[in-house]
Amino acid sequence: MTYENKQNVLKYLKEGIRLDGRKLEEYRAVEVESDISKSAEGSARVKIGDTEVLAGIKLAIDKPYPDTPEEGTMMIGAELLPLSNPEFESGPPNIQAVELARVVDRGIRESKAINTKKLLIEKGEKAWTVMIDIVTLNDAGNLFDAAALASLAALKNTKFPEYDGTKIDYKKRTDKDLPINKLPISVTVLKIGDFFIVDPNSEEEKAVDARLTVAISGDKICALQKGGDMPVTTEDIKKMIDIAFDKSKELKKIIGE
Amino acid sequence: MSELKVKDKDIVVPGDIVAEGIDFLPSYGTYRLGDNILANRLGLIKIEGKVIKLIPLSGKYLPKKNDIIVGKVIDVNFSGWRVDTNSAYSAMLGLKDATSDFVRRGADLTKFYDIGDYMVAEIINVTSQNLIDLTLKGPGLRKVRGGRIITINPNKVPRVIGKQGSMVTIIKQSTGCQIIVGQNGVIWLEGTPQGEILAVRTIEKIEQESHISGLTERVQKFLEENKLESKVN
Amino acid sequence: MSYKKRNDGRDFNETRPIEAKVGVIKRADGSAMFRIGNTVAYVAVYGPRELYPKFLQNPEKGVLRVNYNMMPFSGSGERVRPGPSRRSKEISYVTEKALLPVLNLAEWPNAVVDVFIELPQTDAGTRCAGICAASMALADAGIEMKDMVAAISVGRVDDKLVVDLNYEEEAYDGEVADIPVAVIPSTGEVSLLQMDGEISKEDLMKVLELAKETAVKINEIQKEALKKKFEVQ
Repeated sequence: MTYENKQNVLKYLKEGIRLDGRKLEEYRAVEVESDISKSAEGSARVKIGDTEVLAGIKLAIDKPYPDTPEEGTMMIGAELLPLSNPEFESGPPNIQAVELARVVDRGIRESKAINTKKLLIEKGEKAWTVMIDIVTLNDAGNLFDAAALASLAALKNTKFPEYDGTKIDYKKRTDKDLPINKLPISVTVLKIGDFFIVDPNSEEEKAVDARLTVAISGDKICALQKGGDMPVTTEDIKKMIDIAFDKSKELKKIIGE
Repeated sequence: MSELKVKDKDIVVPGDIVAEGIDFLPSYGTYRLGDNILANRLGLIKIEGKVIKLIPLSGKYLPKKNDIIVGKVIDVNFSGWRVDTNSAYSAMLGLKDATSDFVRRGADLTKFYDIGDYMVAEIINVTSQNLIDLTLKGPGLRKVRGGRIITINPNKVPRVIGKQGSMVTIIKQSTGCQIIVGQNGVIWLEGTPQGEILAVRTIEKIEQESHISGLTERVQKFLEENKLESKVN
Repeated sequence: MSYKKRNDGRDFNETRPIEAKVGVIKRADGSAMFRIGNTVAYVAVYGPRELYPKFLQNPEKGVLRVNYNMMPFSGSGERVRPGPSRRSKEISYVTEKALLPVLNLAEWPNAVVDVFIELPQTDAGTRCAGICAASMALADAGIEMKDMVAAISVGRVDDKLVVDLNYEEEAYDGEVADIPVAVIPSTGEVSLLQMDGEISKEDLMKVLELAKETAVKINEIQKEALKKKFEVQ
């Protein structure tokens, strides 16, 4: 974004208003739909404004990691599909996709949202592995929050497939839920000039100086990621975390936590 | 016996049979297949006597000579600037078409227009390979500063402008914004934040509802109702 | 052995329930969703737009580029590893050949029309669903096309000739022929034809007629979906 276009964004923020008329700390309409893919063991669609993201979960059985022989495993992948944004190219995940996956991963992993001990089948030999895949359908800004919400919603409706001790029958779903604890809520706060906003649209994302994604579990912070080219002061960080805690209450209600 | 299968302003899709028989003449957006005339684009039917044509409802901008467009500088080289036209083809703005000033050889051209600058330019030439030349020499042609850029479906530009500029004039008056509408669907506007937001919402409304009759009245009503609200803020 | 009744109770020449919607991906130039039974395809069209790398450009007309992909959680069993496979590359290629005959890209030299097909959920018939959705998305994007393309799988399960095989039928423990067919409805021409299995020449000609009839019905649904986008709210 050029200097002059950014000046215009700041002209709006000075009046307490955004390019689309929202207030600085206002989210666009958030919609969550569960179980959107019958092929997945759990899935969800999240819309934030026009941004649309899908998350799908597949379960498999694998050997636990040698340093955690009594626990199942989890992995999260993300793809910024070229379908969702004319600027996205085909090909293996670029750094934006990798960062997105790893940030969502940290929130869920560090908050121990999945009870990995309950995924164990046979110590050191067999445990369930949870594979979460996030794909973008339409990018209108704020993929971080949409991706995190979609992953949570998908986890909530994940059911184990039938397993007879030797083979998994993916066609038969049991009604046994995935063992999950409290789910972390992720909020991304942006700094543009001296102003802080949440839920940026595509234009605002281009004007960002710095962003902070905060994953919150209960009253604790369980993951942080700072992005953007400009550094921030510790006062900025405190302010952004306060905003994240405040907005997390809204998102918590929407997802039914 | 020839028979029209549609009426004026009907929405048709590729493959729709719009007429049967040999008395009708297929024009833009339609073609003859045997005894029938079919549509080959998504659009609104327009019947002019025996001629059937179509106003497209979607499609990217195809650059045309003499069009006034709003473009963005994406590269600077020795002889001029490369400009993004919001189409599949970028354009060239040569030195001699950009300024009447004397420019020394090897001068820093970014002093005139830099990458990211927006400008209102006229297309002076389009080759068979869709190579485009622009000029900034002409009334109203210039670099634009500040303000805000939005992009709309270029097929809706005539509705946003209106007959002899009537529609865009109403929007300018009600919102207090300066507005320049490029034929390529790129629009520059500048005003107060509230004025700009109202102008953008109005233009988006025209984009959504251009095919529904009574547009002018609805737009006037929309501007009236929202004009008051934005002042209350 | 005789396939007396279909595993989901359908008639032998009945398709699964179909749902079609246009304009589902806002950022795209054209988009559509096509659902048949439990198979769902999303398509976004971008273009005509600049084509990179340059050596792929065609100076005589625009180029069509199709990318078919299954989301990792969309398979009937285990997770599908992300990224192109030989199967997805082949499907992309034959899909491109299925759509090309109806498109006219003569006005767009050196440009590309990108078609992205993504499936969140599958139960056989994916390449046909992709083609049906892609046709709607291309029309939505305003591409010049003489007709849309409709595709459906037909074939044989034991002694019965069937339309729209689901996954279980494809994997049937007996004699199966699975034949995806794409048809240009206005002319009845076939633009995609593949086969897995075994079938007699007579039976093949019979199922091809079934495919053509079904394609015309599917085409009505495609047209409805496009027109529905413009319905007065």
